[in-house]
Amino acid sequence: MGAPHGHLLHYHGHSVVHRTPAHLKIAALLAFVVVVVATPGTELWAFGAYLALLLGVVALSHVPPAYILPRMVVEVPFLVFALLLPFIATGERVDVGPFSLSEPGLLAAWTLVAKGTLGVLAALVLATTTEGRDLVAGLQRLRMPALMVQILSFMLRYLEVVGAEMHRMRIARESRGFHGRGLRAWPVLASSAGSLFIRSYERGERVHLAMLSRGYAGRLPLTQSQPADASQLARAAALPGAALLVLLTAYVW
Amino acid sequence: MHVPDGFLDLATSAATGAVAAGGIALALRGARRELDDRTAPLAGLTAVFVFAGQMVNFPVGAGTSGHLMGGALAALLVGPWTATLVVSVVLIVQALLFGDGGLTALGTNITLIALVGVWAGWWTFRVLSRVLPRRIGLVPPLAFVAGLVSVPAAALAFVGLYAVGGQAPVELSTLVTAMVGWHTVIGVGEGVITALVVSSVLAVRPDLVLAAAPYRQATELEIREGATA
Repeated sequence: MGAPHGHLLHYHGHSVVHRTPAHLKIAALLAFVVVVVATPGTELWAFGAYLALLLGVVALSHVPPAYILPRMVVEVPFLVFALLLPFIATGERVDVGPFSLSEPGLLAAWTLVAKGTLGVLAALVLATTTEGRDLVAGLQRLRMPALMVQILSFMLRYLEVVGAEMHRMRIARESRGFHGRGLRAWPVLASSAGSLFIRSYERGERVHLAMLSRGYAGRLPLTQSQPADASQLARAAALPGAALLVLLTAYVW
Repeated sequence: MHVPDGFLDLATSAATGAVAAGGIALALRGARRELDDRTAPLAGLTAVFVFAGQMVNFPVGAGTSGHLMGGALAALLVGPWTATLVVSVVLIVQALLFGDGGLTALGTNITLIALVGVWAGWWTFRVLSRVLPRRIGLVPPLAFVAGLVSVPAAALAFVGLYAVGGQAPVELSTLVTAMVGWHTVIGVGEGVITALVVSSVLAVRPDLVLAAAPYRQATELEIREGATA
């Protein structure tokens, strides 16, 4: 078990983006995505500007694009939905090659892809530059309820422990000649999941007893993080500020 | 499976965000009643289990595989309040640390999966277990139905939200048929996995299946003649 680990997506670094306090990063990226979602899909160039801004932040963070790009696959399922939209949406039809497509559907599909991609990229910037425990401290500063913060920190603390347990169970299955193919594998996999639950829950019971023996009375001693200074605040506000400027320009034109 | 940014308009996202926050606040209280001061470690570890459980791939054939969503399963194992909390935490971690599901759509995802999914599964189980005879052997089949219902219920709630704040003009009846139809197929898989996991936990630690608690009290300790010799 040992010391707390970095979480799975975090890319170690000391850039400006890494050093910005987590609560400012969460607020800034959330504000940025809000601005993006509020932009009408017809303003093509605005989305280009947003992407440029976000890529600028990625460049500042020194996280290699090769690290981020493969992780964008989480958006594939909804790309499929976006591809279907021009076919199933109503409204005026346009002929593109052999297909008759819905014009509002095409616009909606483009908007979905643009906003969804920017959203995923923004979330990845947060995930790759923030360590789990900083994120929990950040959420605490953003007034998340204390109990919720505790549950979150337990989850992050034991993510890799339980992940490793699951990995050992897989090795045990495979070393006994198990191949996970077809429906007949389901009972085996499900009973593995069942024992994973029992082991996780029993670990929780042991952790609770260990906490009680160390004087836990409903609260965790959390070290106070440094208050953010004005320059950090300004740096964090730069991204949503610039995005808002783009949005306003788009409206004025 | 998660709703991304820009799928629903900002007003709908904000409204579902408020619903999600209210739901979590209620669940925090409810979970404290269920678990007392054990809430933090037990809910935290159950959240890890749900997160890890979603990574187990169940092969369907032809190279494709599905995975558990776990709302109904969590409700049956640890109770609906704790399950709401646990699934919300999993969604928050997935959105903030894995980029899965958008930041502005987090409230929508919590509403659909942690509120509708969990409670639809829980109430399905409760109602059926009231009506049907109290036999422990019925718990896995009921768990199957609970898992089966939870997925299309969440899909139906999504269609409702889409009708209010959707960003493309899609005919609602088409969307209902497509979403509910497709998610019923997914729900069958979810139900089978839920039933299998519940029955495997029942076999080892029946006390850890909260939904089976009324069934357990019905069996009494019996000492048979000659057993003490």
